[in-house]
Amino acid sequence: MSLSTADVQKVARLARLAMNDTEIEAARTQLSGIFELIAEMQAVDTTGIAPMSHAQDLSQRLREDKVTESNQRELFQSIAPQVEAGLYLVPQVIE
Amino acid sequence: MINASLNQLGAALAAKKISSVELTQLYLNRIATHNPVYNAYLTVDAKTSLAQAAAADSLLSSGNAGPLTGIPIAQKDIFCAKGWRTTCGSKMLADFIAPYDAHVIEQFNRAGAINLGKTNMDEFAMGSSNETSYFGAVRNPWNQKAVPGGSSGGAASAVAARLCAAATGTDTGGSIRQPAALCGITGIKPTYGTVSRYGMIAFASSLDQAGPMAKSAEDCALMLNVMTGFDERDSTSLQREKEDYTRDLHLPLTGLRIGLPREFFTEGLSSDVGARVQEAIAEYRKLGATIVGISLPNTRLAVPVYYVLAPAEASSNLSRFDGVRYGHRADEYTDLADMYEKSRAQGFGEEVKRRIMIGTYVLSHGYYDAYYLQAQKIRRLIAQDFTDAFAHCDVIMGPTSPSTAFNLGEKGDDPVQMYLSDIYTIAVNLAGLPGMSIPCGFGASGTMPVGLQIIGNYFEEARMLNVAHQYQLATDWHTRAPQGL
Repeated sequence: MSLSTADVQKVARLARLAMNDTEIEAARTQLSGIFELIAEMQAVDTTGIAPMSHAQDLSQRLREDKVTESNQRELFQSIAPQVEAGLYLVPQVIE
Repeated sequence: MINASLNQLGAALAAKKISSVELTQLYLNRIATHNPVYNAYLTVDAKTSLAQAAAADSLLSSGNAGPLTGIPIAQKDIFCAKGWRTTCGSKMLADFIAPYDAHVIEQFNRAGAINLGKTNMDEFAMGSSNETSYFGAVRNPWNQKAVPGGSSGGAASAVAARLCAAATGTDTGGSIRQPAALCGITGIKPTYGTVSRYGMIAFASSLDQAGPMAKSAEDCALMLNVMTGFDERDSTSLQREKEDYTRDLHLPLTGLRIGLPREFFTEGLSSDVGARVQEAIAEYRKLGATIVGISLPNTRLAVPVYYVLAPAEASSNLSRFDGVRYGHRADEYTDLADMYEKSRAQGFGEEVKRRIMIGTYVLSHGYYDAYYLQAQKIRRLIAQDFTDAFAHCDVIMGPTSPSTAFNLGEKGDDPVQMYLSDIYTIAVNLAGLPGMSIPCGFGASGTMPVGLQIIGNYFEEARMLNVAHQYQLATDWHTRAPQGL
């Protein structure tokens, strides 16, 4: 399967990865090769087969809805790129 | 001392023939000498390790020691260890100091083991050669031009070069077993859900599983005793009785039924690896095993299925790296979207970006049924193949990797060739089964190690370790160490 430049640009945008034209073209070639490998799956008849979403066919455990974490804001924010007054700073999104 | 088993080290510590501080210092000295060549460790913190060793010596003196108390263990840099730099092999986390301990780290701390340092790995565990690490490739102690395998390549290299007593690894598609094979050591990936994933940086959550890498099956059993156990903080951690994985090591193999899947011995398997595996099978016959021909008909589909499911899960897991709460943030950006896109483009390496893009594509609107759902259906067929096979045999054996260690740079430009090097290991992760690799001789004109893969049914780790241990009592491949170390 061959991907178009537009396909790769769309995927890069969805994945939030900045890529220039050279990188898009390189990715297009490599991803096309990988999707050729993946295409081997398409020939398999899977009618009536239930998808296996997980290695265990178990339902997830539930727990009581109560707070189990302690407040470690300062510790966690000590490794953040930019914080101020206990808040994570990002570029302004609302005018 | 550096070739001693964990039991021998434990006995030496208990008898005060050596202290944990002395043992830890011995390994730190070896790391200082050899790590510049092998690049197996990303972070060493001698002060912290020696403080842990001093505490372990107190425990040993007071008679409160367990089997691993005072023993220096290398931790894969995928496990968060409080106060330690934890990079996952990525520029994204190059300066990340973990604010908490992974469950695995807690378990080793509780056992009084020493954290000797954090080992190099493929970036976010995505790779089969350790060449995708932001911090440079790891070298194979058997041949410095060769890769150690991946993603737990630093761990495998460190064990083989005797830069630790034992190590931890993680295995999403073969990342414990393949480097163990390529570096001539023993490693086991237990049944999915046996070791908690809490604090283990996520790659593909339905496949990731941690396990030990060591010089022998007996050592792996002791390590597994520490690593396993229920942890409520991992929603997939299994609530099971704690097991002693050493309990069956001594049992004879009389009557053991070994299944050989015909699909593991076809084109693509190099002749030297195939020959060593057949010799190992012959040795098992001598030990009383019988051989059963089996079929795993969907083997060839495991790689394509994996390269849909694992990237899909990775694209979701790695969306957390946005340059806001932790990790790399670009220096310059115009707005929020630009900050995300530049931070991620700068922080992730080529292979990680490639897999995020595959995952994003297969999960995007209009493609879900054709890729993700189809892969999940075939995943069930692959798991069913194993269930059918285990009706006729107790364990399955075959090669771990199609060849001995390839050279650095050899497969660098072709992701598909690299992906195919995990052909024999990936199906085991898809099924959630336990798998291990043990050394069974040398290929490439007798210079490079070959690994024998042993696959067991769910929760059969003790049996597999028994099967491996009995072979290691009868042979000495696992005692071979590289020259010059």
